[in-house]
Amino acid sequence: MRRSLRGALRPAAKATGPTLIVTYLSLLVLLPIAAILSKSFENGLGSFWTAVTQPEARAALKLTLICSLLVAAFNSVAGLVIAWVLVRDDFPGKRVVSAVIDLPFALPTIVAGLTLLSLYGPNSPFGINVADARIGIVFALAFVTLPFSVRSVQPVLAELDRETEDAAASLGASSSVVLRRVILPSVAPAMLAGAGLAFARAIGEFGSVVLISGNLPFKTEVASSWIYSLSQSDQLSAAAAVSTVLILIALIVLGAIGIVRRRFNVGEAV
Amino acid sequence: MKHSPAPRTHLKWRLLAAGILPVSLVLGALLPASASAAGGTVSLVAYSTPKPAYAALIKAFNATKAGAGVTFSQSFGASGSQATAVASGLPADVVNFSLTPDMDKLVKAGIVSSSWDKGPTAGMVTNSIVSFVVRKGNPKKIKTWADLVKSNVKIITPNPFSSGSAKWNLMAAYGAQLSLGKSKAQATAYLTQLLSHTAAQPSSASNALQTFLGGEGDVLLAYEDDALYAQRQGEPITIITPPQTILIQNPIAVTTNSSNASSAKAFVAYLLSPAGQKLWGQQGYRPVLPKVAAQFKFPTPKKVFTIASLGGWTKVNTAFFTPSTGIVAKIEQGLGVSTASG
Repeated sequence: MRRSLRGALRPAAKATGPTLIVTYLSLLVLLPIAAILSKSFENGLGSFWTAVTQPEARAALKLTLICSLLVAAFNSVAGLVIAWVLVRDDFPGKRVVSAVIDLPFALPTIVAGLTLLSLYGPNSPFGINVADARIGIVFALAFVTLPFSVRSVQPVLAELDRETEDAAASLGASSSVVLRRVILPSVAPAMLAGAGLAFARAIGEFGSVVLISGNLPFKTEVASSWIYSLSQSDQLSAAAAVSTVLILIALIVLGAIGIVRRRFNVGEAV
Repeated sequence: MKHSPAPRTHLKWRLLAAGILPVSLVLGALLPASASAAGGTVSLVAYSTPKPAYAALIKAFNATKAGAGVTFSQSFGASGSQATAVASGLPADVVNFSLTPDMDKLVKAGIVSSSWDKGPTAGMVTNSIVSFVVRKGNPKKIKTWADLVKSNVKIITPNPFSSGSAKWNLMAAYGAQLSLGKSKAQATAYLTQLLSHTAAQPSSASNALQTFLGGEGDVLLAYEDDALYAQRQGEPITIITPPQTILIQNPIAVTTNSSNASSAKAFVAYLLSPAGQKLWGQQGYRPVLPKVAAQFKFPTPKKVFTIASLGGWTKVNTAFFTPSTGIVAKIEQGLGVSTASG
């Protein structure tokens, strides 16, 4: 009796998986994005265009884009180096270091902002003052996006077959050739994935950037801060419009990264 | 051969069901008792600065006859965000904002009656002024608005498009120039000078205070009550009262859709009573009742003007603070074009 009941339920059970996923994604992702889109076009195409091309919006978007690209690129390299050391080397305190790398995920962003201000601001104990300058934005973004870069590369590095490297070395390849021709092609897709995540996080970051950057209009005001100002000034439709542009930028960059990754995977002989 | 897992599965489900019941009972008991308490619950939604003040005020209110047994749920945040939240459905019985336009948002949404400002204190619960906060000992000898724009002085003020406090600061600067006999054009030119001297324009007043305490800038423009609070916390600052400044007036109201109007009204009545106003004064806010205000030794600037003398918030907000087209927006754009590298 039980078996036939289970058998009857099986096709329904097969459908519930995708249904659940679509419902969950809709509720969490698609519906909010649809709401933002509808809000941004609330007053027509003309006011959308005005909101997006205002001098403050253009300056903020440009600054955000450049800083996020820089950080994504820089952290790809830094993430690879850190992951390499964690996977290939052994040193006392390695577990602690590995745990600490995830700290930026756990810290509330405003706490991160306060910490960065006290460490790298005017009262810096190291004498490094990057507050109220564009480089401060890069510092803050590098801090919060580092876990993405490290954690996307680490498992791939751990899985790498050392025999290929040893074989290449035994055939006379120098370390840089081994790095360039053997290792990098294998970790490139993971590096790109990490860069994509880091970029997407960086363009939306608010709490950790807004303190150390000084938030000066046209100089160090990032897109998220301008959107916040618009929302506080009762211009919600303009805020939604600039948010839509951020979403679009994220989609384009992530899409491009996806295409490049697929090229890598197709090109791999293994 | 397929064995039926029946007995184990059944046991698992039975245990789960058995566990849910006591857990939910415990959770239910732990949930705060709602309107079963004597005076009910009053939900207070306010701007961020008076959080410590309300801790003292609520305690004192609960000790009175009218306030016995009243429990409070409190929410503090940026004034504009709080107003938007209440307008979008956040339940509130008492609302207290840092400037009138945020109350007007709720009047427009039908949540606060349009006669909220017809009471004896015109709807205001506390006053304050815009002050200068400088490093302890005032090393750069900053005393007047003219000193702010000296070449070696860096100013911190919040961003006027995201912070109500910044609007008070800039209108204090503008109005100070007018009261010194300058023309509107000269006052606007002064605002340009002031904004070009800013080292940072943090998104909120509390961020601005953090930035200043973090070592940035020589002078912070802030609410006097905020500065007094920081001083009481032992921060190394000196508060300078400018000779001309604006009277900051903070509105309060009971909402029309309040679920506990009697307790809410009693609370607001207490806040406006001599006892309540005295507590506000002890917390660093200037009482709105003149007799109580006289008991405190707040500094008296030579000239204190109100926003009404500058046209009222509705006119000022539209003229100065509309993003991209307001006077202050145009000033920032002008400064930005010359300082942004493209």
